[in-house]
Amino acid sequence: MADGAAPVLDVRGLTTVFHTRQGEIHAVNSVSFSLKRGEVLGVVGESGSGKSVTMMSLVGLLPAPPAEVRAGEVLLGTSDLLKMNAQGLSDVRGAKVGFVFQDPMTSLNPVFTVENQICEPLIRHLGMTKQQARARAVELLDLVGIPDAAKRVKSYPHQFSGGMRQRVMIAIALACEPDILIADEPTTALDVTIQAQILELMKDLRQKLGMAIIWITHDLGVIAGIADRVMVMYGGQVVEHAPVGEIFHNPQHPYTRALLRTIPKITGQREKRLSVIEGQPPIMTDAPRACAFRARCAHRFDRCEAENPLRRTLDSLPLGIGHDVACHWSPEGADA
Amino acid sequence: MRDTSPPALVQVDGLKMYFPIHSGVLRRHTGDVKAVDDVSFSINAGETLGLVGESGCGKSTVGRALLRLYEPTAGRVIIDGEDIAQLSSEALRKKRPTMQMVFQDPQASLNPRMSLSSIIGEPLVEHTPMTAAERQGRIYELMDQVGLNRRFANRFPHEFSGGQRQRIGIARALALNPKFIVCDEPIAALDVSIQAQVVNLLEDLQEKFGLTYLFISHDLSMVRHIADRVAVMYLGRIVELSPRDDLYARPLHPYAEALLSAVNEPDPDRAKTRKRILLKGDLPSPANPPKGCNFCTRCPKVFARCLTEKPDLVHVEYGRQVACHLFDPINTASGSTGGSEDQEHLQHGVTQ
Ligand SMILES: Nc1ncnc2c1ncn2[C@@H]1O[C@H](COP(=O)(O)OP(=O)(O)OP(=O)(O)O)[C@@H](O)[C@H]1O
Ligand SMILES: Nc1ncnc2c1ncn2[C@@H]1O[C@H](COP(=O)(O)OP(=O)(O)OP(=O)(O)O)[C@@H](O)[C@H]1O
Ligand SMILES: [Mg+2]
Ligand SMILES: [Mg+2]
Repeated sequence: MADGAAPVLDVRGLTTVFHTRQGEIHAVNSVSFSLKRGEVLGVVGESGSGKSVTMMSLVGLLPAPPAEVRAGEVLLGTSDLLKMNAQGLSDVRGAKVGFVFQDPMTSLNPVFTVENQICEPLIRHLGMTKQQARARAVELLDLVGIPDAAKRVKSYPHQFSGGMRQRVMIAIALACEPDILIADEPTTALDVTIQAQILELMKDLRQKLGMAIIWITHDLGVIAGIADRVMVMYGGQVVEHAPVGEIFHNPQHPYTRALLRTIPKITGQREKRLSVIEGQPPIMTDAPRACAFRARCAHRFDRCEAENPLRRTLDSLPLGIGHDVACHWSPEGADA
Repeated sequence: MRDTSPPALVQVDGLKMYFPIHSGVLRRHTGDVKAVDDVSFSINAGETLGLVGESGCGKSTVGRALLRLYEPTAGRVIIDGEDIAQLSSEALRKKRPTMQMVFQDPQASLNPRMSLSSIIGEPLVEHTPMTAAERQGRIYELMDQVGLNRRFANRFPHEFSGGQRQRIGIARALALNPKFIVCDEPIAALDVSIQAQVVNLLEDLQEKFGLTYLFISHDLSMVRHIADRVAVMYLGRIVELSPRDDLYARPLHPYAEALLSAVNEPDPDRAKTRKRILLKGDLPSPANPPKGCNFCTRCPKVFARCLTEKPDLVHVEYGRQVACHLFDPINTASGSTGGSEDQEHLQHGVTQ
């Protein structure tokens, strides 16, 4: 670590499969990464590439069965979350790790008011009285920009718009001021001005509390604005991982490069047709034995078929930049 | 030119959608959330109208009221010559196949107990005489179109990722070859490549079948790509409605200006240096909107008249409508947005 600090979260070799009627789905294959205090790790990648499943595996949020976390270590401080019992995990989730889910309706309970749902962790984990918790709930809603918070706090989730529900989720996740916030597409339903406000709020919290953030998003604009490092996933694996500037200015993996080409522009010439990554994503019915991206890759060669590339560090860069990529090909043309 | 063009496919006049607020033990009706408050616009056949604006400003509600998924509080919605609000339930059922919606919240709109192929096939069963084999063929075709692997046909919604679920919803909306589709954040949950794929698909279908879209989205660069004209909403009202290129080159309404300035560009260096117009001030509640302009509590260009009088949406230059007192002839002397362009405003004058 550059600043010598131990990571707050260290994930090694995480592997998760689903058991389905059609056999196994290898959703997450030996994923490793770490997170330092106050750091923002952006996670991008194809839909279905295992971003959500990775993060849910960390804190025991997947129903087992059908899910099975087959291998790996998830070190939060010194304790391995994968070895923890249900009670321990539930305490971790409430107080140390906040989670904003991709789909707010699945995690908000439709029969309880928003107030109820924000107060619950405050009472349970921070030992607040009902009254304190209620006041704090209004504060939190206000913080995430819900107008007229004192009144709206009594509403039920269905009475909120999509973006408002998402902000309620964020308020719940932040309620106990966790060390780590895992935010899965937290701002997809928000317009850009409120998005900007939430981004500022997050930056603020990380400054004040040293909160570390894992931010999953498809929005590369948000990544550019908030992330320190970026992890790119494809087919259940990490295919590239680097500081944010490196990802945008020196992308190595053909998937990352293609991804950056597909973004429509807000200024300049308007493209007639958007460029896409041709072909279909892998089905992941087996553990990967070859490169998962090979079928769609313009640079593939024999080795990609024969061997799943491991993550290798770019040694052309100064030490400590920490840019790694899982690909046999390299843009410099120096094919191994 | 507008006058000689064919009649609009969708014509919305004075649409209002209020949700009653009940409070106290007696659940008395104590007020209304004015989710949509007097909105009018039209969409021509084969056109895409983008609808953007702050979260909670009423975009989804407009979309739902248009397809009569809500009973509007007031106003007329004419689609293809028929007033949707007046249709009997049988007539509405017959009309349904021609107008579809892709929902913002894919989880909530997919039946968890149905497999993917029965979800996509359901409208085919209900509205077409297809045989099982024809249906299966059509289901596969739709799955190909939205980029879902055919081998997923027998899986259930919970076995898919967020983006995959969104594509199921799109495939189902397309099943009956509708004429008009309300796309409510159809791509928010998708990765950029699939976003591009879906948007290209929507454009192809539009070209082939002359489809008409209302495209609700927070993604302003995607709206720039797909929309012909764009309506910007704020707190239940349309504040600007302009052709795409005009809006992006030179937004007129101060809210539209702030919104466009806040777009995140995918470039970490520019993200550090760019200038945003940060909106300060209270965000009013739709249950209790300000007396004057709805944006007056946060508008950087607010002046006295804004606090007392609601601006109407009026034509200010060719093809552009704005609801802002700055553009009212009485005030053209006192102010206008964007320095160098002022001259042009005055030249175009007021066309209404
Ligand atoms: N309960 C389940 N049973 C079987 N397969 C599942 C289940 N949940 C997820 N999967 C599969 O695991 C893979 C990874 O899903 P995940 O939700 O992590 O994707 P993601 O990267 O978050 O995608 P998105 O960007 O679309 O949200 C997908 O291919 C999905 O189909
Ligand atoms: N069923 C309902 N009952 C009460 N209020 C509602 C209901 N549905 C929506 N609202 C309110 O109406 C307003 C507009 O909601 P709507 O869902 O149309 O917003 P939106 O523009 O689509 O926002 P977003 O971008 O966040 O999806 C919000 O204040 C919301 O709380
Ligand atoms: Mg996901
Ligand atoms: Mg909405």
